[in-house]
Amino acid sequence: MADIRSPLPGTFYRAPSPEEPPFKNEGDAVAVGDVIGLVEVMKSFMEVKAEVAGKITRFVAENEQPVTAGAVLAEVEG
Amino acid sequence: MAIRRLFIANRGEIAVRIVRSAKALGIETVQAHSEADADMLAVRLADHAVCIGPPAAKQSYLDADRIVAAARDAGCDAVHPGYGFLAENADFAEKVEAAGMVFVGPSPDTIRTMGDKAAARAAAIAAGVPVVPGSDGRLANADAAVAAAEKVGYPVMIKAAAGGGGRGIRIAETEEELRRLAPQAQSEAQAAFGDGGLYLERVVRDARHIEVQILGDGSRAVHCFERECSLQRRRQKVWEEAPAACLDAETRATLCASAVALAENVGYRGAGTLEYLYEPTTGSFFFIEMNTRIQVEHPVTEMVTGLDLIAEMLRVAGGEPLSVRQEDIRLDGHAIEVRINAEDPANNFMPFPGLVGALSIPEGEGVRFDGMIYEGYAIPPFYDSLLGKLIVHGPDRAAAIDRMAEALKTLCIEGVKTTVPLHAALAADPAVKAGEFHTQFLEPWLAGQTLAAE
Repeated sequence: MADIRSPLPGTFYRAPSPEEPPFKNEGDAVAVGDVIGLVEVMKSFMEVKAEVAGKITRFVAENEQPVTAGAVLAEVEG
Repeated sequence: MAIRRLFIANRGEIAVRIVRSAKALGIETVQAHSEADADMLAVRLADHAVCIGPPAAKQSYLDADRIVAAARDAGCDAVHPGYGFLAENADFAEKVEAAGMVFVGPSPDTIRTMGDKAAARAAAIAAGVPVVPGSDGRLANADAAVAAAEKVGYPVMIKAAAGGGGRGIRIAETEEELRRLAPQAQSEAQAAFGDGGLYLERVVRDARHIEVQILGDGSRAVHCFERECSLQRRRQKVWEEAPAACLDAETRATLCASAVALAENVGYRGAGTLEYLYEPTTGSFFFIEMNTRIQVEHPVTEMVTGLDLIAEMLRVAGGEPLSVRQEDIRLDGHAIEVRINAEDPANNFMPFPGLVGALSIPEGEGVRFDGMIYEGYAIPPFYDSLLGKLIVHGPDRAAAIDRMAEALKTLCIEGVKTTVPLHAALAADPAVKAGEFHTQFLEPWLAGQTLAAE
């Protein structure tokens, strides 16, 4: 089990825009470097990438939720 | 009726600035804040504070109904919108007025007219203000484009009539080039927008961004001279000056008079800024748009004129006529402002929210800092990165740049990365010192620099 954490404090988004589907859903496979969400910090958007390959078992942070630096966004099962 | 109790519907340094001027006028202040901003400086300085919602701006600072209700419930008789957020939202201004309060700014109709690019251009033409020459409406084919280009003068920029965002823009220096490029632009516009209509505009070479500060009371308007804000990164102003050193006295007088003519023509009330492009090789200027609010860089104007623009806005909003006549407003020396952002210039201006550690803020003659920070303040990540503005004044431009370089050495904000190293490098740059720059100067300049973080 590995956690994907937010690199910066900000607002977490699961999709590239409100009109588009989420980058990843629970149960989806992820490869190293896959984008799983965005964190908006001071009007800039930073991609959050998976650092391990596996399957996303759960999103801990909800879409549009404020997050702190280091907060767990999702859990990955290797 | 004079304002007694003011609701400040903004945050950050501009909220601090508004609280200070309101207090100096004896106006009671009620500061709005989101859940993430309960500790901000303006909340500490204001007489009262009201939470208006969650951290996300759309649920707090951008929620017009919630703000109007909060202002009314707090017993306020006026709302100052600051800049950004709802400052240029005509519907918000209307809601404030419908709730029986004064909106500190122009009428909703003026905001609406000047906020619409085509309507603002028409208003400028009606007031005799020069605009960037362009074709009247869409061009059907290359012959029509050539005919239009002869009227506006080469070089011309060809744009898709249906487009936006700079897509499909081409520049033609000669008729031959235009005949070659127009069909390309047309088919590209057709493919991108399903509409091959073209529009053509004169290119402003080495354009400098110059803007005129105006004040109006609904019938009379005055100008407070101009600012130059050509040093921009990603269309964000980085370094601003007053006056614009590239203008001679005659051009300055014509430019500023054009701004007053437009302001009076639309019955402008409050503080506003008319933005122009200035072409140094021909000495011509062209109106591009108007901002119907106070601007971030207003302090440079205050430093060279001695006016308090926020106080003037509040007095005019309270029903008083302008307190100054045009002949009372004089230019004194030169002022420069730099924006201190929580960004790391050594790392592609990555945002850097964090905890403010030890602070050293320069002060003394000709030095001003408009800020929002204090030691121990946690900068929230939910809003823009502006921490404050360092403003200096000197008897002339060279003295102002020297003073800026000195003041930047004293300015120290521990705990966060800031844009201070960028400004120190600009203040030491020969081209900047010589005033030889334009709106496309900064980005290539940055590409050739290594900006060491502090």
